[in-house]
Amino acid sequence: MTALLEIENLSVALKNGPRLLRSVSLRLDRGEVRGLVGESGAGKSMIGKAVLGILPRSAEVVEGRILLEGTDILTLPPAERRRRIGRIAALIPQDPLTALNPSHRIGPQITDRLVDILGWKREKAEARALELLAEVNISAPARVMRNYPHELSGGMRQRILIASAFAAEPALIIADEPTTALDVTVQKQILKIIAGMQARHGTALLFVTHDLGVVSKVCQSLSVLYAGKVLEDTQVADFFRAPGHAYSAALLAATPKYTDPEGSLMPVGPEVLAAVQAEVDAADREWRHV
Amino acid sequence: MLDGRGSINRRVGARLWLSGGWLLIVCLASAFAPMIAPQDPLAQDLMSGQLPPFWVHGTEPGFWLGTDSLGRDVLSRIIWGGRIALQVALIAGTLTALVGSTLGLVAGFYRGWADRIISRLVDIWMAFPPVLFSILLVAVLGTGLRSIIIAIVVIDWTRFARVIRAEAMNQGAMDYVAAAQVAGFSRQRTMLTEILPNVLPTIVALLSLEMGIAIIVEAILSFVNLSISTDAPTWGGMIAEGRTTIYQAWWVLVFPLIALFLTVLSFSQFGEGLKDRFDPVLR
Amino acid sequence: MDLLARFLIRLFSTAITLFGVAVIVFTVVRVVPGNPIAMMLPPGATPADIVRLKALYGLDKSIPQQFVIWFWGVLHGDFGTSISLRQPVLGLVLGRLPATLELATMALVMAILIGGASALTAVRFRGTQIETGIDVANGAALSIPDFLWGLLLIIFFGVLIPLFSISGRISPDLQLNFETQFYLIESIVRLRFDVTANLLAHMFMPALALALPLAAIIGQLLKQSLKETMELDYVTLARTKGYSETRVILREALRNAILPTLTLTGVQFTFLIGGTVIVERLFSYEGLGNMAIDAVVNRDLPLIQGIVICFAVIFTAVNLVVDLTYAALNPRLRHA
Repeated sequence: MTALLEIENLSVALKNGPRLLRSVSLRLDRGEVRGLVGESGAGKSMIGKAVLGILPRSAEVVEGRILLEGTDILTLPPAERRRRIGRIAALIPQDPLTALNPSHRIGPQITDRLVDILGWKREKAEARALELLAEVNISAPARVMRNYPHELSGGMRQRILIASAFAAEPALIIADEPTTALDVTVQKQILKIIAGMQARHGTALLFVTHDLGVVSKVCQSLSVLYAGKVLEDTQVADFFRAPGHAYSAALLAATPKYTDPEGSLMPVGPEVLAAVQAEVDAADREWRHV
Repeated sequence: MLDGRGSINRRVGARLWLSGGWLLIVCLASAFAPMIAPQDPLAQDLMSGQLPPFWVHGTEPGFWLGTDSLGRDVLSRIIWGGRIALQVALIAGTLTALVGSTLGLVAGFYRGWADRIISRLVDIWMAFPPVLFSILLVAVLGTGLRSIIIAIVVIDWTRFARVIRAEAMNQGAMDYVAAAQVAGFSRQRTMLTEILPNVLPTIVALLSLEMGIAIIVEAILSFVNLSISTDAPTWGGMIAEGRTTIYQAWWVLVFPLIALFLTVLSFSQFGEGLKDRFDPVLR
Repeated sequence: MDLLARFLIRLFSTAITLFGVAVIVFTVVRVVPGNPIAMMLPPGATPADIVRLKALYGLDKSIPQQFVIWFWGVLHGDFGTSISLRQPVLGLVLGRLPATLELATMALVMAILIGGASALTAVRFRGTQIETGIDVANGAALSIPDFLWGLLLIIFFGVLIPLFSISGRISPDLQLNFETQFYLIESIVRLRFDVTANLLAHMFMPALALALPLAAIIGQLLKQSLKETMELDYVTLARTKGYSETRVILREALRNAILPTLTLTGVQFTFLIGGTVIVERLFSYEGLGNMAIDAVVNRDLPLIQGIVICFAVIFTAVNLVVDLTYAALNPRLRHA
């Protein structure tokens, strides 16, 4: 069976600059939840952006393929690529405070794509939006639909964005650190909502995060990134039992454990970093030769 | 990054050189007008009225850009007209900058009642149609170079006051100003040593722009017959005359217009170029 | 602050500004050296005639006294009588105002269309030669004032390619018996589209001359804020939803990017209206500005005062409207 998303040898670089993603390959099946883990700057968000076609203008794909339901979206003309991505995938963004358009009411921000892109009737789209808002535990969905974003709290807005992402029943949702910008108390609720929605809708989820604790709760598989290179691609259960890469092990040791919150945390050691950097450099040398 | 900056510098460079070059030509032509101008700008010769420029059939040697209805040499009048335009630009521009910037600095830095009075004045001034106001002022003061300069200063000081006030307010909120205050410097000294240097690039850019505007105002006043005197060779006066004979002698309108156009454009581009070059952030 | 309180405060401030304008213009015209009375005397008038005429126009009293009398009249809708035209000032001003309003509005529409289109095109093709070209054109349009544009247009469209009329408001042979002074609107209402076309052909060049500098400002500012808006998260999110780039610009970015442009357009629109004075003169367009210059030349004090006040009212009204529109369009301000 073809994978829902298959990334092959994807390299993204700054224009005339260094690579931000170094020959990344990863695969996501229907309904699978995969964590993309790494320190900030490891390129984990960049993968999501490449898939969704929203790379910053300063960056470009220099090699590789992104197969979405078997079609390489990079070879499609821009307008068609956009439509295709819009039909198959959706994004839960990082910062709910900036991700809603301040001059539109909430309702249209959820329903417009259903009406304009998918051709639904407006009544049907609105009914669907109400249903979804209720599903993400918003108590007065009809009123919220008429609100402007600035009238709502960050947690509310993130729930709206989650509902909006699921609205068109996409096969793939990319969650780009969806809890980082929120209060710690709200983070757990939001995480629960995402997990619940994913389970009910059976959507495949690419979960970008730096928090291994989150991965252990939500994901089935994960990819560990360092400097835009995938170091390890494994199942969550295996990973927490025995990480396959020295860097992964160090990362795991540096993560607080829910079972032992008082346990000492080990920073990633310099020799591990040196080794992983050497690996990255070697990959770059090899890449330049071809 | 290097690449982007290089191209900005190149573009700024070309702009500065081109506009600066034209302004230099105008300055030199004005300074040496008596030697350069081929004819007496005031000499009338009704027998050789409306002669075309040198490349058109029916011209006479010595009248390169043709003559107007009264037979006066267009080129010579443009050169002498440049003298008046430059005088207005330099004197009126500088005085306007001085008055406007001072008021803007005082309003923006001292705030309080000084700011309230100056801002209210700016509001009132903004409710005047500027061209009508200048025409009215020159009508009141009587024609002549001095009246034109006074009219320009009286009308346009708000341009500086508004911008410099806002900049001074921004600068005033900066930490280094607070630091200077804590160090015990007087308000006045802080304004002159901390604020003024930082708003100076803006003043210089505005000044260059203002010089172009002053030339336009002078041209407009000449156009409605309110400039120096009726027969003085001014670009605006020539344009007004050329406008009436546009179908018989287009050159009487076109050549002074080109001179005016290039000079005004050069002043504004020169100012923009200077600003880009001396803006510490961009540099 | 709610909209009404905001409106009242601005209204009060506007009233003070207008009073200031009245005081200044009144004082300035009183020191005009030319004697308006001398101009209207028939040959062979006696000194007694001069005294009588001065008394008739109230010019024999002290300046503060004259101001009080005039201001009292203004509050009652009486702006005095024009010395040169011997008609009530208010009627003269209102008779010419529609021509100027039509011209200024046409210019504003052109400026918004040209500026808006250039900004949207530049953003749609950002990073390409098209954007660079639009930037250069805007820079040039910006540094050339309306007076110069008018002259350049006269040469291009009046002489080189004589497409449009270079003077007047309407061809004399086409004088429809207009009921109002809003010729353009009236000709459309009365379905006389030949007259409309003639009016537009006369209006085209002066309106374009007025519009170009403002178009450049709108173009530059709107482009800048559109580009900034296009980098925001909600625009990125909209892109992932499958919308086309054009729709993203128009529907997601434009509305939020337009607010800062709107404020500046308001201020600049008053400059545009101020520019009608000389542009109307340039194109012999029979509007308020053209009449204003005649009034100055003829030392017609009551008429000058009336026209300046009229301009000041328009300017302050434009600013008031912009301020309120800004508040109404910005949801954060509206509900906060």
